[in-house]
Amino acid sequence: MTEKIPRQKKNEQEPQVRNKNFTEVTQNYTAEQAKLEAGRCLSCQKPACVSGCPVNVQIPQFIQQVKAGNFAEAYTIIKKDNYLPAICGRVCPQETQCEGRCVLGKTGGAVAIGNLERFVADNAPVETWHATSLQGRSKIAIIGSGPSGLTCAAELNAAGVDVTVYEALHELGGVLAYGIPEFRLPKAIVRREINSLAQSGVKFETNMVIGKIFTIAELLQEKGFSAVYIASGAGFPSFMGIQGEDLNCVYSANEYLTRINLMKAYLPDADTPILRSKRVAVVGGGNVAMDAARSAQRLGAEQVYLIYRRSRAEMPARQEEIQHAEEEGIEFLLLHNPVAYSGDEKGFVKSATLQKMRLGEPDASGRRKPIPEEGSEFELAVDAVIVAVGTQANPIIKDTTPDLETNKHGYIVVDENGKTSKPGVYAGGDIASGAATVILAMGAGKKAAKAILETI
Amino acid sequence: MTFSAPEIAAKHQPGQFIILRIDAVGERIPLTIADSDTKDGTITLIVQAVGKTTQQLAGLKPGDNIQDLSGPLGMPTQIEKNLGTVVVIGGGVGTAPLYPIARGFKAAGNKIITILGARNKDLLILQKEFEDLSDELIVMTDDGSLGTKGLVTNALQGLIDRKEDIQKVVAIGPLIMMKFVVELTKQHDLPTVVSLNSMMIDGTGMCGGCRLKVGGQTRFTCVHGPEFDGLQVDFDTLLRRGNTYKHEEQCRLDKFLKG
Repeated sequence: MTEKIPRQKKNEQEPQVRNKNFTEVTQNYTAEQAKLEAGRCLSCQKPACVSGCPVNVQIPQFIQQVKAGNFAEAYTIIKKDNYLPAICGRVCPQETQCEGRCVLGKTGGAVAIGNLERFVADNAPVETWHATSLQGRSKIAIIGSGPSGLTCAAELNAAGVDVTVYEALHELGGVLAYGIPEFRLPKAIVRREINSLAQSGVKFETNMVIGKIFTIAELLQEKGFSAVYIASGAGFPSFMGIQGEDLNCVYSANEYLTRINLMKAYLPDADTPILRSKRVAVVGGGNVAMDAARSAQRLGAEQVYLIYRRSRAEMPARQEEIQHAEEEGIEFLLLHNPVAYSGDEKGFVKSATLQKMRLGEPDASGRRKPIPEEGSEFELAVDAVIVAVGTQANPIIKDTTPDLETNKHGYIVVDENGKTSKPGVYAGGDIASGAATVILAMGAGKKAAKAILETI
Repeated sequence: MTFSAPEIAAKHQPGQFIILRIDAVGERIPLTIADSDTKDGTITLIVQAVGKTTQQLAGLKPGDNIQDLSGPLGMPTQIEKNLGTVVVIGGGVGTAPLYPIARGFKAAGNKIITILGARNKDLLILQKEFEDLSDELIVMTDDGSLGTKGLVTNALQGLIDRKEDIQKVVAIGPLIMMKFVVELTKQHDLPTVVSLNSMMIDGTGMCGGCRLKVGGQTRFTCVHGPEFDGLQVDFDTLLRRGNTYKHEEQCRLDKFLKG
């Protein structure tokens, strides 16, 4: 019997090196590693991994091609179901999706599907598809160039539809451009994947805030679009409403990350400023909190605290991100919550008042409810606070589209196919579901594209 | 300066703003639209060169392009019909975005009293335009080089003293000017609208960099504003937040001026 091959480890920069730079933490497998890892796949008859993938990539098939060294063929197989594999291979929470269902996972060694997908995508030649050009083909507008909008655009374009994507910012990609940092998702990779969509015929228009420059009704009635897919995300940051939250250097994570990722404030020649804070408190326990904390560290902070009101078990961030943050020197203050901030005479934040928490019974979200410990308050000296406690629905489209049904939180109400209350209007991703993951947003884009194609 | 932007010009309503970025390393800055021409497809921005980006803008020549222009953003001014007397107060470059608003109120059947303030006569803009539009125009300069020497609040106090039946005040100018206008109108319960030029990044509601407290509630200038009920605005917090990057802004300006 041959010796069992272990799961191939990722190639990572050392924590004390990487926490000072914005270069990608994890490097690709070598071709040898990729083939070895692919060889571990059992090619299940009824592959559970595929059902764990929100866009149902034909995982065993592409992995067999990797094993044989046919990387280009592997890429073609992935691309049938996933137009953004270099991105998904990096940012998907594979442990709860494809890899979470892998039969080898029962012994702790699931096939590294994400790493293999990424390896294949990164090494593929840039290719373009020439969509079947139909005379008088339908025009569809997509609002937002994040993961959901891009996926919907790609699906429709491949079916021969004339697609225009409207993006509010100057850069395409939504959260991939402004939210997820360079050290987790290099922007060159994002641009490469989007360029390949542009070359295959998807039109992109930046600096277009739909609701302001054109309303949804105008797109349908005056601009000649036969349907609209709203994928504008949920990027409206929440604040806690506690005292001192408007002191200088109290940021939303969106602002902090936008300055760094979109505006490149960490580079010396950027016009957009960011302060190099020394003692930073990040409030929250999700991936956005991890990204903000690790970014602050890379900007030269001496100490970054991650303040989370529940315990580690309830943290919504990916295990890998939590681990990376810890390795890089982020200090976790679990079961702590800020109750106020105070500032110096010039109005810059100088300390956070934290309260200790304990866990009570599970609440509506199924997680144990944090309960404050009376009299446990203490001061933590900080010179910046980054609030990463979630986002809400942006109201611009809702406010300018009166006949679009939204729920009490402002999210757009859709049926299982992404159809809204307004004829010809579909929605998906965070603006319909509330803040979720990249891959779920992609799944919603794919579903909506299918539903739109059935009507035209 | 005038930019060709047909789609923005077609959609612009008084009170709205744009965000622009000059080049690939540029920052995004908000500027209120002073005027638009749907026939020519242009928008006009009046810019005071105070820092690196605005200096760079001022150095552009006719025919030059900028990388990004996004708008119109923010909520338009609410123009009410037949209110009675509306006092519009413009300070410095705030006079420019005030103009289409004043024009709107005039067309809606209101009496317009305009107070324009500037440091000196060379910095006063749109005097002729406001003279044609207004039922009464009062010019104030800090040094007395034109009109009356003093502040816009002195002129407003004068109107209050003579028992002018003021229904509304619209003030646009430096934060400190708007703060003092509101301190005065508060004492007399005069409804006052101000237009805020907060620090912004995206201008679409995504980051909250432009947040402020209005009547105790958190509001984003870019989405809920830029115009707010001046009597409810916490000006001190805004003034303070505006100083966050003072040092960084100076460094960038110095570097730019040195070439």
